[in-house]
Amino acid sequence: MIARLAFLLLLAGPALGFTADQRLPDPAQEARAVELSRELRCLVCQNQSIEDSNADLARDLRRIVRERITAGDSDPQILAFMTARYGDWVLLKPPFKLRTVLLWFAPGVLLTLAAFGVWRFYRRGGNRPSEPVAPLSQAERAQLDALLARDGEGR
Amino acid sequence: MTDNAHPAPRRRLGYLLPIAVFLAVSGFLGVGLLLNPRIIPSALIDKPVPQFDLPPIEGRPPGLRTGDLKGQVQIVNVFASWCGPCRVEHPLLMDLQRRGIAPLHGLNYKDSPANARAFLAETGDPYAKVGADRDGRVGIEWGVYGVPETFVIDAEGRIVYKHVGPLMPYDVKEKLLPAIERAKAR
Repeated sequence: MIARLAFLLLLAGPALGFTADQRLPDPAQEARAVELSRELRCLVCQNQSIEDSNADLARDLRRIVRERITAGDSDPQILAFMTARYGDWVLLKPPFKLRTVLLWFAPGVLLTLAAFGVWRFYRRGGNRPSEPVAPLSQAERAQLDALLARDGEGR
Repeated sequence: MTDNAHPAPRRRLGYLLPIAVFLAVSGFLGVGLLLNPRIIPSALIDKPVPQFDLPPIEGRPPGLRTGDLKGQVQIVNVFASWCGPCRVEHPLLMDLQRRGIAPLHGLNYKDSPANARAFLAETGDPYAKVGADRDGRVGIEWGVYGVPETFVIDAEGRIVYKHVGPLMPYDVKEKLLPAIERAKAR
């Protein structure tokens, strides 16, 4: 029984990685290929990386990544190759540039704004009504009466 | 007492700010929700056609290469016999070819020659030249990620328009033909 299970497990091994059919012999290069494939979006299945996807196009792109690595391209060169054809969209981590400033900073800005709002709210004493306004003094009352009387004349 | 004299305008602003931020964020999210995630903006617009030289589908010459896509406005359609939506748009391609608006070429993507020939025999063959991209490498050069796709190439050999997915009569009339006219007017 255990022997049979072990045998079945042995069979299941290769199915764990989609890239098993195209591994590079050099482990360091293979690690780079996997790392890069994790950063590249599968265009067919959208929210998967090409490393995780078994779509045809993803497999082709993984092969290209490995070809470029064996040809001696650097990581940025390979990512540039992909963005030249598929745009920034192919990168799972969006690049930092003028067009994406809002994307990168909006969460921080909103969080800061919210924290500031909360801080101010509690500094003012939460939801309690502000202190009662002191009644008018004698002089103020007289001034107000004068103003109101003048207003009445104008009508 | 003086600082409490005119509290209204400042406080109102304080109340409006969260609402303004909320509206701005929902505005962005709302627009994002309405975008079609399947349509990826092409990185190749206004770029020259990639370098390629494809053989024809066996038994259906001629093939297609970069040099063919210069000198006049032309259309390149990426198709495959295994692709259902390609059949849907095919009558429109036949119509485009009949009207002689611009030369129409095909990029036969990841297809077997026999299937491709059968497809064209069955549905009609609107293409002047067809390159057979059996392993899909040239398709990747063109940034193809889903078949069918249709490109408009200007006289200088630059990609000026790309349509992803099957062409519908509306797409031809409102997008493809105007893109061809603009390319011709340049």
